[in-house]
Amino acid sequence: MEKTIAGKTVEVNEEGYLTDQSQWTREVAEAIAGEEGIDLTERHWAVISYLQDQHKQGVALSIRKIGKSGVIDIKEFYQLFPNGPLKISTKIAGIPKPASCI
Amino acid sequence: MKRLLILGAGTAGTMMANHLKPVLGKDEWEITIAEESKVHYYQPGYIFIPFDMYTPEEVCRPTEEFIPEGVNLVNKKIDRILPDDNKVLMEDGSEIHYDILIIATGTHPSPEETHGMLGSQWRKAIFDFYTFDGSVALRDKLRDWPGGKFVVHIAEMPIKCPVAPLEVAFLADSYFAEKGIRDKVEISFVTPMSGAFTRPKAARAFEHILVEKNIKIIPDFAVERVDNEDKKIIDYGGTEVSFDLLVTVPTNKGSAVIERSGFGDDLNYVPTHKGTLQSKVKPNIFVIGDASDLPTSKAGSVAHFEAEILTENIQRYIKGEPLMDDFDGHANCFVETGEGKALLLDFNYNQEPVEGTFPIPGVGPLRLLKESRMNHLGKLAFRWIYWNMLLKGANVPFVSSHMTEEGKKIENKK
Repeated sequence: MEKTIAGKTVEVNEEGYLTDQSQWTREVAEAIAGEEGIDLTERHWAVISYLQDQHKQGVALSIRKIGKSGVIDIKEFYQLFPNGPLKISTKIAGIPKPASCI
Repeated sequence: MKRLLILGAGTAGTMMANHLKPVLGKDEWEITIAEESKVHYYQPGYIFIPFDMYTPEEVCRPTEEFIPEGVNLVNKKIDRILPDDNKVLMEDGSEIHYDILIIATGTHPSPEETHGMLGSQWRKAIFDFYTFDGSVALRDKLRDWPGGKFVVHIAEMPIKCPVAPLEVAFLADSYFAEKGIRDKVEISFVTPMSGAFTRPKAARAFEHILVEKNIKIIPDFAVERVDNEDKKIIDYGGTEVSFDLLVTVPTNKGSAVIERSGFGDDLNYVPTHKGTLQSKVKPNIFVIGDASDLPTSKAGSVAHFEAEILTENIQRYIKGEPLMDDFDGHANCFVETGEGKALLLDFNYNQEPVEGTFPIPGVGPLRLLKESRMNHLGKLAFRWIYWNMLLKGANVPFVSSHMTEEGKKIENKK
C-alpha cells in the first residue's frame, strides 16, 4: 500500500515497513521515528547505518548479533529504541522486519 | 575402502545411517557413526513427562538398537573436526579419518547464556523441560505444587521445536484444571518474539487459543537476567515478570564440537547451503538437522525431509554429479493444545502455515491449523512411527519431502 511520509509517497507493507528500500531517505526515517515517539540522535544514526549495511550483506539480524556488533550493546539498543528495538530500528532503517527463524 | 563418517546419532544422524547403509556399495564404503550417548531419547516426548502423560522410560531406547547392521557405532566423545585433514579428533586422543563427513550434532539448551539462570533457584523454582533430566525434575516439582505464578519463557530464538513452549503452556492449563487448581494458577507466556509465533497466520491462531485458555502473553521480552532472590526475570528494557515457577527454554546453541572446530556462527551453527545441505566449510562436509544454520524450524520433521534429499546428494557427490538444490525448508509439526486436542502445522521457507487438510489433500484425516481430537491421536501415534519407521529410514505414507500446496487455503498464491 501507499503511504505519505515526510511529504513523500512511499510503498509500505501492512505493518508499515518500506517495501522499496530505494525510497528511504533520512527525512522518511525521521518521520517513521516520530511515529514511534523517537527523536533520532547521532547514536540512533550509527545503529541505522549498521543495520542497513548488515542487510546489504545479507546477514540475518538478531538482538544477539547487534550486541556483539561493537556499534552498541543490547542495553543501549533498548534505551534508544524502547519496546522491541529490533523491529522498530529496522522499520526506521527502511529494511524488512527480521523474521527470527522458526 | 572409503569412509563416510556421521557425527551424532540423534534423530538426524540415525536416519542418515539407515538411509545410506543400503545405497552405498559395501565393498567400497564403510559407514561409521560417532555418538557419546548410549541412550536415544524420543525428544518430542519431553513435553509430556512433566504432566505425567508419558513415563521417562517411554522416551528412552538404546542408541545401538537403531544403528543398522554393518555400521560402526563409536561410543566416544567428539573433540573437534579438522576439515583440512579430513579427520575428526576424539576426546580420548584417537582420530577418525573420513572421505565424506555428515554433521548431525544438533542443538542444545545453554542456560549459562543468561545471567542468573543457573542461580540458587535452578531446578528449584526454575526448570527447563527440553532435557531429559529437566522434564523429569519439572514433573516431580509439579506433582505437589500448590499453584501461583506459572511462567513459560523463551530466552532467545532460534530454539529446538519452536512450538514446544506453547504446548507446555496449553498442557499446563489442562493439567492444573484437572487437578482442580486452575483458579490458583496464573499462567503467562513470555517470548522475545512479537507474538505467539513468527508466522502471522499461525500466530493469530495460537493467540486466540491463549486468550481462550486465559494465558497471558508478554511479547518482545528479551531477557537480560534472572533475579533468584525476588524470583523474577528482567528484560533489557527494564520490564520485570515475577514467577513462582519459571519454565524456561534457555538459549539454544549448536554443539561445542562446532565451536572447537572453529567454523560455526555465533550460536555454533554450521553455515550450510539451504537447497543442497552441503556445508560452506568444505565440499565433502554435509550438515543435517538442528546443527545447520538453515532458516527453517529446528525439528525432527525437518531432519526427516532433509534426509531424503541428503541421501540423494551424497550419492551424487560420490559420482561427481551436480547436487540436487531443492530442499524447501519443509516442516510439519503437531501442536498439543490440551484437553486431548492438537493442531497441525505444515510449512516451508516461503509458505507460512495455513488452514487445510493433511496429508491427503481435500481428505485429511488431519486438519491444518485447527484443533481436533484426530490431530492429538496423530501426535500420540507419532511416537510409534518415530521408533519404528522414521529412525529406520522408512517412508511415512503420503508425506513427501517437499511441501505440497494442494489441500491448503493459500492466499496471494504467487
